[in-house]
Amino acid sequence: MNSFTYHRATAIGDAVQEKAEHPGSAYIGGGTNLLDLMKENVERPTHLVSVGKLPLAAIESLPDGGLRLGAMATNADTAWHEDVKQRYPLLNQAILAGASPQLRNMATNGGNLMQRTRCYYFYDLATPCNKREPGSGCSAIGGYNRIHAILGTSEACIATHPSDMCVALAALAPSVRVSGPNGERSIPFEDFHRLPGNEPEKDNTLEPGELILSLDLPAQGFSKNFSYLKLRDRSSYAFALISVAAALELDGHIITDARLALGGVAHKPWRDQAAENLLKGQPATAETFARVAARVVENAQGQGSNDFKIELARRAIVRALKQAAEGTQKASDVFLNSNP
Amino acid sequence: MIQHPTTSSAGGLAAPPPAGTVRLTINGQLHTLEIAPWTTLLDALREYLHLTGTKKGCDHGQCGACTVLVEGKRINSCLTLAVMHEGEEITTIEGLGTQENLHPLQQAFVDHDAFQCGYCTPGQICSAQGLINEGKAHTEAEIRELMSGNLCRCGAYVGILNAVKEVVDKGIKNYELKIKN
Repeated sequence: MNSFTYHRATAIGDAVQEKAEHPGSAYIGGGTNLLDLMKENVERPTHLVSVGKLPLAAIESLPDGGLRLGAMATNADTAWHEDVKQRYPLLNQAILAGASPQLRNMATNGGNLMQRTRCYYFYDLATPCNKREPGSGCSAIGGYNRIHAILGTSEACIATHPSDMCVALAALAPSVRVSGPNGERSIPFEDFHRLPGNEPEKDNTLEPGELILSLDLPAQGFSKNFSYLKLRDRSSYAFALISVAAALELDGHIITDARLALGGVAHKPWRDQAAENLLKGQPATAETFARVAARVVENAQGQGSNDFKIELARRAIVRALKQAAEGTQKASDVFLNSNP
Repeated sequence: MIQHPTTSSAGGLAAPPPAGTVRLTINGQLHTLEIAPWTTLLDALREYLHLTGTKKGCDHGQCGACTVLVEGKRINSCLTLAVMHEGEEITTIEGLGTQENLHPLQQAFVDHDAFQCGYCTPGQICSAQGLINEGKAHTEAEIRELMSGNLCRCGAYVGILNAVKEVVDKGIKNYELKIKN
């Protein structure tokens, strides 16, 4: 790691000010991704502003029936929180599908949104990478790209967002409350992460110096009919090749509302609202799911080593929607891959 | 109190920023360390306090060999800075049992042949204690899943699973720390 100075923020305002006064500084929450990247010299902040102990760890109900997840609540505390298990079991399952217990005990909700791609070229200083070094080129395009994106890519970058939690969040659509030099604002989750375009160095739409305060979930939690399906190379402690968050509201066999988001396919958690609209009003049948799945991957593009993801995604969507319709997945303290 | 690491690589480089003070309670004993901010908790334990029971495996949070308990919760000590734990209570393998008085998990690991080389064992045992504190794992499948952050290159997983299952089944919770004098 390079040399840096350290400040433990005493208040939100103190953190924002400290960040603004130190060009080249970074916020650190749990540090599980940032410190890893610092050890690899991918990230080289000159000053760390520690926000992990700020009073942002609460999980509390909102007047509109929603739930506020503090940015500094750990992933573990969030997944196991009774309100999350009861009202947002999709989120409970997605969080527990990711990382390891040790990492989930450190990693924060805000940090989960801020984590960077696990593209091997992004991590490898010896290879060009537009995300790490804008303008240097993309080694994954034409290289080994088994874990890379099939949707929303650009000629500059085919990296994926690695989070499981964020795939569930994309389906649940919270707003991201942030504070920065220009005050407080809320960003719809859908607009928080961005596609690479010609600026792949920008993962999200935060303004410089902005700090995440909370994720405010709306009341609708899809707690009866949901599925988080994660497909990966081993049955635990691996990033998703494809993951699907599916959530339905049913009136008998008719779908009255639907959410569908994918992980492992794009630079951002990939919510497909056109597909959701195709589901609404339709019977929850294999035919409906197959038609919608085909639509989601219609414009998918393989890069060679990841061509398999297109068919895998199509099948995973059908399976996740079927599981959601059956209502077989429940909140649990453990995410087991053998879930029905 | 040793306040400098036993290995130094500062030769020829610009002077680093001044070290900061951090107070850590480790295995029940308060330590005040003067250390640079980039010192990981793992390096603070091993290089400054010579508590070498905690192992450095991958140093990237992937293998779990460095697992310790902070305020009773298991974490990877390689992916956190010592200065981030000001005033907190840390338990390492040295705080769980002694040679004369083994922790139930240590005894179970011996009984079930749960290691070959032993390098991952301190992390496995600290992780298992964290798992027991959490109280979420009961079945074999659940223990496997919630121990997946600890790798064993010797492949002693069957023994590890049996050892952890035995202690989980006995219902030993929040085992009282046994601190060396």
